[in-house]
Amino acid sequence: MLSLIRAVIGRDLRLAMRRQADIVAAMFFFIIVVSLFPLGVGPEPDQLRRLAPGVLWVAALLATMLSLPRLFADDHRDGTLEQLALVPQPLALIVLGKVIAHWLVAGLPLVLLAPVLGIQFDLAGDALAVLTLSLLIGTPALSGIGAIGAALTLGVRGGGVLLSLLVLPLYIPVLIFGAGAVDATVTGLGAQAHLSLLGALALGGVFFAPWPTAAALRVALE
Amino acid sequence: MSNKLINWFRYASPQTFYPLAGRMIPWFWGLAAIFGVAGLGIGFLLAPTDAQQGEGYRIIFLHVPASWMSMFIYLVMAFWAATGLAFNTRLSGMMASALAPTGALFAFLSLWTGALWGKPMWGTWWVWDARLTSELILLFLYIGFIALQAAIDDPRRADKAGAILALVGVVNIPIIYFSVKWWNTLHQGASVSLTKAPSMAAMMLWGMLLCALACWMYSIAVALMRVRVIMLERERHTDWVRALLAGRE
Repeated sequence: MLSLIRAVIGRDLRLAMRRQADIVAAMFFFIIVVSLFPLGVGPEPDQLRRLAPGVLWVAALLATMLSLPRLFADDHRDGTLEQLALVPQPLALIVLGKVIAHWLVAGLPLVLLAPVLGIQFDLAGDALAVLTLSLLIGTPALSGIGAIGAALTLGVRGGGVLLSLLVLPLYIPVLIFGAGAVDATVTGLGAQAHLSLLGALALGGVFFAPWPTAAALRVALE
Repeated sequence: MSNKLINWFRYASPQTFYPLAGRMIPWFWGLAAIFGVAGLGIGFLLAPTDAQQGEGYRIIFLHVPASWMSMFIYLVMAFWAATGLAFNTRLSGMMASALAPTGALFAFLSLWTGALWGKPMWGTWWVWDARLTSELILLFLYIGFIALQAAIDDPRRADKAGAILALVGVVNIPIIYFSVKWWNTLHQGASVSLTKAPSMAAMMLWGMLLCALACWMYSIAVALMRVRVIMLERERHTDWVRALLAGRE
């Protein structure tokens, strides 16, 4: 079973590496959205410091969502997905592999970019560290929950907009605890509680989400 | 073989459920009207004026039932969704999609009346209170469900996709609710509190409960009417619908 997951991850990563432009585009989307906020609300450092956690997290949500349609769409188009659904192992395991690969390609770059962007918002060192840590813990949940939406909207008219309608409300808890962790550090409350809850969400999301995703894929393949 | 079992499955088929629903609808409309008149009568004529809020509180007779129904309908919808997935019955998916617009309507009404109530009492249309925020997210979930079903042309696939979404949503509702609640309490306390006076005059409570029953009966009646239309639309290729429509002309 582990070898299956590893094979799926390896395959998806290899495919993503052949198409690096997609990854880079999502990263620059993240950077641009974050950079728009100071232009919109003004450059006062105090205000920016207060806004930073929310802005970075919302941008991370949007950037993750941007890359979600590709999670299954390409495999669906060329028929690979149907072959994968015929594999004797549970489809959920394959989905898990794809979710992990998606996180490595779409989530991890955001985590690595976040400290740099946080500096733009004049965040202090400990807040930067917590921001990065919260993104590191939280983005797997985004990939997991997002996979459900991606599977549900597979091959559906206006899939991209629909995907955001379905997935963004489900992202709210992750956003709350992720941005809350940074907020709590800034105000001196300590981020422990938020990060623990975020970890719980991520574990729950990555563990449970593949099952409804697999069910939704089977519906889409009918 | 018990009779009951046969009856249950008998009405799982659109063909037999269609006339049954038609017979039930007037009853539920009647009940809705009776409960509505009684509840509003008590609410507007008999219930005392609130000591603090004056006459303005009377919007509670719509606001609270609407909030209750918006949450309850989502649960019912998820129940039908689960039934549809488990037993692969056509009618369950139709029921779920028939309920969704009514649920969204009640969620919207709850937010709208809440804003109208909040303005005179708290001096603001909207606060980011846990309950308001989670009601708003519930409305988003309804919208997502309706949009997903509308985007998929094949009704069977739409039912199943919608069912999965409804179940995912129902698992998420407590998580969302508590996260919003904790988020709210971790921030500075809300400037206005939603907690009502603990003791409510008996007449107010009665009025509210009767109005809630009226909304409940209304929801059933409207959902049945909608499910009848959905049945006709989806089963239009079948003989019984053709016969029915031919008999009507």
